Amino acid sequence: MSTQPSKPDNLKIIRRLLLTVVCMFAFGFALVPLYEVFCDLTGFNGRFTDGQAAANTKAVDTSRTINVQFVTRVNKGMPWGFEPEVRSVRVHPGETKVVNFLARNPTGGNMVAQAIPSVAPGEASLYLNKVECFCFNQQPLAAGTETAMPMQFYLDPEIPEHIHTVTLSYTMYDMTQNMTPDALAAIQPTAE
Amino acid sequence: MSTVVGEMDHHDHHHHAPSGITRWLFTTNHKDIGSLYLWFSFIMFLVGGAMAMVIRAELFQPGLQLVEPHFFNQMTTVHGLIMVFGAVMPAFTGLANWMIPMMIGAPDMALPRMNNWSFWILPFAFAILLASLFMEGGGPAFGWTFYAPLSTTYSSDSTALFVFSVHIMGISSIMGAINVIVTIMNMRAPGMTYMKMPLFVWTWFITAFLLIAVMPVLAGAVTMVLTDKYFGTSFFDAAGGGDPVMFQHIFWFFGHPEVYIMILPSFGIVSAIIPAFSRKQLFGYASMVYATAAIAGLSFLVWAHHMFTTGMPVFAELFFMYCTMLISVPTGVKVFNWVATMWRGSITFEPPMMFALAFVILFTIGGFSGLMLAITPVDFQYHDTYFVVAHFHYVLVSGAIFSIMAAAYYWLPKWTGHMYDMGLAKLHFWASLISVNVLFFPMHFAGLAGMPRRIPDYSIQFADINQIVSIGGFAFGLSQLIFLWLVIKCVRGGEKAPAKPWEGAEGLEWTVPSPAPYHTFDTPPEVK
Repeated sequence: MSTQPSKPDNLKIIRRLLLTVVCMFAFGFALVPLYEVFCDLTGFNGRFTDGQAAANTKAVDTSRTINVQFVTRVNKGMPWGFEPEVRSVRVHPGETKVVNFLARNPTGGNMVAQAIPSVAPGEASLYLNKVECFCFNQQPLAAGTETAMPMQFYLDPEIPEHIHTVTLSYTMYDMTQNMTPDALAAIQPTAE
Repeated sequence: MSTVVGEMDHHDHHHHAPSGITRWLFTTNHKDIGSLYLWFSFIMFLVGGAMAMVIRAELFQPGLQLVEPHFFNQMTTVHGLIMVFGAVMPAFTGLANWMIPMMIGAPDMALPRMNNWSFWILPFAFAILLASLFMEGGGPAFGWTFYAPLSTTYSSDSTALFVFSVHIMGISSIMGAINVIVTIMNMRAPGMTYMKMPLFVWTWFITAFLLIAVMPVLAGAVTMVLTDKYFGTSFFDAAGGGDPVMFQHIFWFFGHPEVYIMILPSFGIVSAIIPAFSRKQLFGYASMVYATAAIAGLSFLVWAHHMFTTGMPVFAELFFMYCTMLISVPTGVKVFNWVATMWRGSITFEPPMMFALAFVILFTIGGFSGLMLAITPVDFQYHDTYFVVAHFHYVLVSGAIFSIMAAAYYWLPKWTGHMYDMGLAKLHFWASLISVNVLFFPMHFAGLAGMPRRIPDYSIQFADINQIVSIGGFAFGLSQLIFLWLVIKCVRGGEKAPAKPWEGAEGLEWTVPSPAPYHTFDTPPEVK
């Protein structure tokens, strides 16, 4: 007959193949955290961990000056005005700088937003340390008001020699829909 | 358990097959299911081809004439999905069903009832996909690659149907692949060692493993699109901490092995036909097997060459560039072996050989344009232009489709028991060969000159070239109707085919009469 005693039986192979299918399906999802870990470690893709860096204790390297540019945009459909106070600053590696970003809510309702950063070149994201940043938290803004949001950063003096310009880009996303009506109503106009 | 399946088979074949529609609905016979797959794939080829005709008609002249841009986008998207998942892949599965058991001396596929399922869920998948075109807001319009956020934030309500239809296609492919693997591992006739298997069996064996490895990843990608769009997850949404570029990584991790899924069985077909009509043994059998395995292995390391312009670091771009170029080595081995097989052979030019020869030449052209695209710095110019369109149509139409045509012309006498109309076949060949080049060759130049793909309109300096391309497209589309007519004619009658209609053909399938009886190799043949 077609089946021979010496050959492995069908069910064993089918089980193994189905297990592979399940594992590969899981692998597709495992790529999501793997991708994030990989990008965080290498700075690929300009993503970086949005955590607070330790206070600056590095020596300032005055022999180098790096141009740090700021780019802002709002997500499609987001009505806020959002721009940096200055388009760029020149800093020495190790030197701490504060830059203000201005946000304006022109609508008649209280809103909450979140800024998502990205750094170019991606490599530089490993050396850009933020001591304080509005992007660590969501930004509530009452109807028709505006606010200045500070961002305090320094560049690690270890930053590779060939990097002369670093571009820090923020995109502002509307988070209002994720808030409860009570939390939205509680937003007070900032006293400025 | 396998003995139970074996007994069922045994039990079955004392019955006569039921007639009418139930014969096809409930069949577990590998030849019936193979025929179903092949007819289904040919119908899908014509449906997807009709969409290509809409695309070429709109692009016949600059400006917008016939269709709305949104409908144009649906046509490019569904044309791609149908040709990949509905035409090329089912055609190969159909050939596998028909030929693998006969080539390895097995009475049927190992899992005949699952075989029935894996075919019969396919028409539902494509019914869902095609029906979504008639929904309010239209069908999928984000390209067959369904990049996020086009498929999440900006897609129409029919996206859920697209996702489910891809799920069903994936399940069907996985079941088919499991069946092929189990059949090849467990059902070979005595003496049919792995290294005696025909190359079509070998290439399908490796293809089946690729399917098992990557179809689940595709299922994961569409599931993430589904939950991003409807259930508030943020896999690909930067606002929620996700990343749209990650979509491309996941998609192309599936997508690049997928292109080899669509070409490895072609290599097997051509490796059967060229020796038959050169009346020589295939040159370098073992190297063909190893080259196929090498291509399959490398296909997992090259996905990001589709993404050179996403801002990857130089190191990653170089890595993917070199890995991509490395694939041309095993592919070159294959082309060399085919040419060496023909060298000093006693060659005749029957229709299968004509299509196989056209395959070798035109697939190689597609391979060369692929090498050009692999070079990272120049890819920035070619990316998303008609050069890319020309490249993948050379490897898929004059590559995969031509090899499927070659296979049909090679085995049609075995399937139907009749010789086909040689004159008509040669007419089909020459009409296809000329029109396919008129259709796709000028696209290289349009692409190099900067014409972007997937856009319903173009700048007027591309008008002449697009007119030529469209004429080639209409001619190629019409030429395929010759093939339809030829197959119908051959099924209905014709000169009686002998068991082995091709003088130089080798393999177990030629030892059974034509047409192949409903059950073959109930007693396994002895392979020496």
